[in-house]
Amino acid sequence: MIKEEIIIAGFGGQGVLSMGKILAYSGVMQGLEVSWMPSYGPEMRGGTANVTVILSDRPISSPISHDFDTAIILNQQSMDKFEPMVKPGGVLIYDPNGITRTPERQDIQVYSIDATAEAARSGNMRVFNTMILGGYLKVKPILTFDYVIAGLAKSLPERLHKLLPANEAAIRQGMELIRPR
Amino acid sequence: MEEVKLMKGNEVVAEAAVRCGCDGYFGYPITPQSEILETLMQMRPWETTGMVVLQAESEVAAINMVYGGAACGKKVMTSSSSPGISLMCEGLSYLAGAELPCVVVNVSRGGPGLGTIQPSQADYFQAVKGGGHGDYHLIVLAPNSVQEMYDFVFLGFELAFRYLNPVMILSDGVIGQMMEKVVLSAPVARWTDEQIAAQSSSWAVYGKPETRTRNIVTSLELEADRQEKVNLKLIEKYRRVAAEEVRYETSLCEDADYVLVAYGSSARICAKVVEMAREEGHKVGLLRPITLYPFPTKAIRELADRVKGFLSVEMNAGQMVEDVRLAAEHCAPVAHYGRMGGVVHSPSEVYEALKREFINQ
Repeated sequence: MIKEEIIIAGFGGQGVLSMGKILAYSGVMQGLEVSWMPSYGPEMRGGTANVTVILSDRPISSPISHDFDTAIILNQQSMDKFEPMVKPGGVLIYDPNGITRTPERQDIQVYSIDATAEAARSGNMRVFNTMILGGYLKVKPILTFDYVIAGLAKSLPERLHKLLPANEAAIRQGMELIRPR
Repeated sequence: MEEVKLMKGNEVVAEAAVRCGCDGYFGYPITPQSEILETLMQMRPWETTGMVVLQAESEVAAINMVYGGAACGKKVMTSSSSPGISLMCEGLSYLAGAELPCVVVNVSRGGPGLGTIQPSQADYFQAVKGGGHGDYHLIVLAPNSVQEMYDFVFLGFELAFRYLNPVMILSDGVIGQMMEKVVLSAPVARWTDEQIAAQSSSWAVYGKPETRTRNIVTSLELEADRQEKVNLKLIEKYRRVAAEEVRYETSLCEDADYVLVAYGSSARICAKVVEMAREEGHKVGLLRPITLYPFPTKAIRELADRVKGFLSVEMNAGQMVEDVRLAAEHCAPVAHYGRMGGVVHSPSEVYEALKREFINQ
């Protein structure tokens, strides 16, 4: 049985919502039920953004969750807010860039991925989010790579399809980059 | 041709409008439903089906444009969010008084006043009990998924024209903003002038042929005796609606000790609470009103004889709970739980409330 409740949280502009969109589309391509619930309130206008994505092989009851299987954390505010909401035994993935307090919980699996630094080195900050996504796919291999590539294509308008190869490479790079705590 | 897509609740309202053969949409932007107008503008249906899409100068203008279009026998609609719906309430009363069909979508947010832009269900009273003045009712549909946001535009027009009454789709920021899979049905053509003349000749104003007397669309009646006859006619219509159009869904209520009553996004959250409670061996069920007016009074009354309690879960200070209490007729205790102001309750919060109110008592 597949039931994965994911929160992705960070700053607006980091591609938080689009990362969630790629996950949701990938789920659809794989024949799963999906829900994608963004924050759209003033916190979004003030800089932070988050999205809840649920993937399941059965109909999804609540699109709202406060108990996540996986949290992908991209700034300190989101660490403070969402670290306590990971289920015991769940997964927390974070990018150390800008994190002043690393995760403290011992009852969850913590991974870090230095995607900001790596994307900056490669000179293409725009693939930062797909790099993180690659790290997630490595830790939680629920979605098959081919479906993710198909989902990626679905989530981008056709005029941006020239960016697909760079994003595919970034997903593979992220898979290599992610490290356990 | 059916299509499966991943779309936001707001976006599918626009898709549904075009695909159901809607003649006109008149609206004014407001969060969290602006994507309805934006999607329609992107779709440019005036170039394909001939549907009119117009950004009005205000919500007051939009609802009066709906009045005008509806008076001509056209399929017309608008959408807004809570404060904008308040501005439309005068128009809704006039539409109900003049017995005009239309669909109004409320993607509600926290109030009162300008409140917040986050999801809320605090417009239950406004939608179900009036909002505008006078003895009238809207038919109120409460979608709990992106699919129902789509389907209820079709159903809304069907009911609006069957009863010549405004229909409100009462949604909220969760359903409007979230993306889910949705099946889009094949497009239906807009009605031709001949079809409108054939089906609405007894009331609509589309140009008077010599073969009939003129139709007058109005909600004004200066003689009290005659106005009372209008009221009696409306009440008779609401009775028919209540007898024929109650829609609700139950899940695991057969053996339930406790029943959650919830609509829209709260019903989704409560569906998970039922799963959580059943896993721990508590017999909990869910009754989801799909029509809020007419309300599933009889279904609740029947359950009240065999359950130990109802918990009405709504993102407000306790509104639908009054109708649940009336329906239960003191045969079972009724409690309320809900976060407010744009805060969405989590399944675990609702489960804790259920334990506090009933299970652990």
